[in-house]
Amino acid sequence: MIVVGLGHEFRHDDAAGLVAARRLRERGVAALEHEGDLATLMDQWKGADGVVLVDAVWSGAAPGTVHRLDAGASPLPRELFKSSTHALGLADAVELSRALGTLPARVLVFGIEGRDFTAGVGLSAEVEGALSSLVEEVASCMKSR
Amino acid sequence: MTNKTIKVDYLARVEGEGAMVVRIKNGRVADVKLKIFEPPRFFEAFLRGRSYMEAPDITARICGICPVAYQMSAVHAMEDALAVAIPRSIRELRRLIYCGEWIESHALHIFMLHAPDFLGYPDAIRMAKDHPKLVQQGLELKKLGNEIISLLAGRAIHPVNVRVGGFYRVPARQELAPLAERLKHGCDACRDDVRWTRTLPMREYSHDTEFVALRHPTEYPMNEGRLVSSRGLDIHAREYDAHFEEEHVAHSNALHSVIKGRGAYLTGPLARYNLNRDRLPASVQEVAREVGLAATCRNPFESIIVRALEMLYAFEEAIRVIAEYEPPEVPAVACEPRAATGTACTEAPRGSLYHRYTIDAKGIIQDAKIVPPTSQNQKAIEDDLRQYVAPRVDMPTDQLRAECEQAIRNYDPCISCATHFLKLEVEREP
Repeated sequence: MIVVGLGHEFRHDDAAGLVAARRLRERGVAALEHEGDLATLMDQWKGADGVVLVDAVWSGAAPGTVHRLDAGASPLPRELFKSSTHALGLADAVELSRALGTLPARVLVFGIEGRDFTAGVGLSAEVEGALSSLVEEVASCMKSR
Repeated sequence: MTNKTIKVDYLARVEGEGAMVVRIKNGRVADVKLKIFEPPRFFEAFLRGRSYMEAPDITARICGICPVAYQMSAVHAMEDALAVAIPRSIRELRRLIYCGEWIESHALHIFMLHAPDFLGYPDAIRMAKDHPKLVQQGLELKKLGNEIISLLAGRAIHPVNVRVGGFYRVPARQELAPLAERLKHGCDACRDDVRWTRTLPMREYSHDTEFVALRHPTEYPMNEGRLVSSRGLDIHAREYDAHFEEEHVAHSNALHSVIKGRGAYLTGPLARYNLNRDRLPASVQEVAREVGLAATCRNPFESIIVRALEMLYAFEEAIRVIAEYEPPEVPAVACEPRAATGTACTEAPRGSLYHRYTIDAKGIIQDAKIVPPTSQNQKAIEDDLRQYVAPRVDMPTDQLRAECEQAIRNYDPCISCATHFLKLEVEREP
């Protein structure tokens, strides 16, 4: 089972997944950070029996809301993970991997609703607030498996 | 008489956001517009006041697919302004990084964006269920392209190591060697992929337009050469503005580029191949012959074959550069700013990319002009659609819509470069 935090460092709340991965590492959980081309994301879970993915989302829910999705069981809603038109989005990467038969059996996706995706660094108070309990939840999820 | 309205709100599998409207009135094509409604991005304006050294890194942000092209046109234009000559080893490394971009961009388009059209799938994900090896192959090749760019420029997306005069750091021979081995496997696979593109169901269709590409005395063009055309144009990039002009059209936030006095023209894989087939290495020409690709290819649907052929060329060229590579004595030639104007055209995966900069004595950019390939191709794409639809106005709406979408994807348009979504509307008016 591996953990991958996704996001963009310089788009405020879009960095939520990356920050989550860093805080998980501080707690001794091996967590990877992934930026950029999601085609290479599929390589990260190659051969793993399970993967936990943490990413920022923008669905219109209240900022700081944590969406929990079991992508091992059903397809990810593409509209939740605003995919780039330039590269594969998270939902595309998961579904492409499923089609290719390389998706681990367990895929848990935590989506943190962001408020600010403009250029710049630093998380919004809402995302920062949600992050500590999310990190706790992922860490205990990793320990209990 | 056919009077119908067909609308597609969202054309997927192109880079960026825009719309296409085809209006059919009394059984005739009344109007075709490629609308680009992504807001203007003002890159030319915010280059003003910046140092000439910043141009490659600022312009690389224009595109996530072809940042290297922007870096290459920027450094060549600045070096033209500063009259800087580049040693062979740096020139070779620039070809190598450009090969990386051609491979990753062409692999993405061929396998993930274009192949579903030929095989009858709405997208690569659904195609992957029936053709997993094909999709895996595309991803593997794309990754090899990314690896070249990462090795030379730190990272595959928004690479950072390119500078006016050369590179900030150049690799040692032994850093490139392991990559060469993997590229050889990719090259073999790619040769088979060219043969595979030939087996795809192809539409019989021909579109006559003026082809424009760089032409170099000995090489298949990437970074250097004169800008030539199938109708006699033969100029240095410095003469570009005398022969080409950009027109603002109300329906697009990208400017339409035309050849003065003649109009639409096409850049990109078809143009490069048609004007430079003899510059391909014998080994690549042999594969072109084997798959029966005509010396001049006017069928935009066959662009998938030409792209595969160019990808094969990029693999062979990358392997050659690595085999012959001797690191330069210094990673970059020293540059002294002076007041001057410099221009350059280089060959981005989807077509020629023109940059012109005027800098002052301190090297501060006073003026910048950037003409991306999709701006240059926009009018030719509209002309092609008009011609394609004309004999097909009575075709069932769904089929016509699908074929129009495929016809647009033949050009691998990067609407984000020109400015983002392609929305397709086919209107049949009363």
